[in-house]
Amino acid sequence: MVAYRYHQYQVVGRALPTESDDHPKIYRMKLWNTNEVRAKSKFWYFLRKLKKVKKSNGQILAINEIFEKNPTKINNYGIWLRYQSRTGYHNMYKEFRDTTLNGAVEQMYSEMASRHRVRSPCIQIIKTATIPAKLCKRESTKQFHNSKIKFPLVFKKVRPPTRKLKTTYKASRPNLFV
Amino acid sequence: MGFKRYVEIGRVALINYGKEYGKLVVIVDVVDQNRALVDSPDMVRSQINFKRLTLTDIKIEINRVPKKKTLIEAMEKADVKGKWENSSWGRKLIVKERRAALTDFDRFKLMLAKIKRGGLVRQELAKLKKETAA
Repeated sequence: MVAYRYHQYQVVGRALPTESDDHPKIYRMKLWNTNEVRAKSKFWYFLRKLKKVKKSNGQILAINEIFEKNPTKINNYGIWLRYQSRTGYHNMYKEFRDTTLNGAVEQMYSEMASRHRVRSPCIQIIKTATIPAKLCKRESTKQFHNSKIKFPLVFKKVRPPTRKLKTTYKASRPNLFV
Repeated sequence: MGFKRYVEIGRVALINYGKEYGKLVVIVDVVDQNRALVDSPDMVRSQINFKRLTLTDIKIEINRVPKKKTLIEAMEKADVKGKWENSSWGRKLIVKERRAALTDFDRFKLMLAKIKRGGLVRQELAKLKKETAA
């Protein structure tokens, strides 16, 4: 299986109790990041925007990693995001087909970087959802909603099975036909 | 047109790169343009890039994403293993494996067998030469 860079974390935190507010409200967020430390940091980043609390006067109550329930099932994931481009902030909705939500999020980051030159710190994930096939909006995901899907692999580059067997020069041109 | 082997549900493929090198798997679903969901009786169902697969001529009849049991039954019914081992491609791979697993004693025995075979061929050739010369 591929090792995913992005993990999904559930971070729960609140402001520290003070004399005026004995039981501050507890907030829970679901984040994507490469590791727990960064996820906690991102939690405070978002919480500061919503409430007047900083890491210095708050506490994280729990951080758990959320794993995919069924990584053998293919889903269509819709991701709503807010990103910063060179000229301003924009909202976007993207669809991806993948077996896990972490994989879809990783695809999203790669795609934003390649198509829009947006780096990962400038992307905020607003919402993610598993979309049933009927409600998919993008043609590129809808074209795989075919139970009798069939296509040829048109361009087949044959690779040496290990990198050790790689050679710079070859005696003959490769056969690219399937 | 020219294409005979299609990526489709039920197509048997050989993994030609990576940890699972050499395994025969069945394409069980297509994730997107580059990846397929792939399954085999002795491995967990996982996704794999088409670049790591070589399609074979064998295809079995299954629905999209069957249960493991259904998959194994369908593979038995279509006799994937038998068809593979009888195909010239499959046989060549088996021979390659056997050659790689030879011990020194096996290689000695092989050398003797080759010499014997060469001797017999040359005898017949000599006989044929004598006939045509005569």
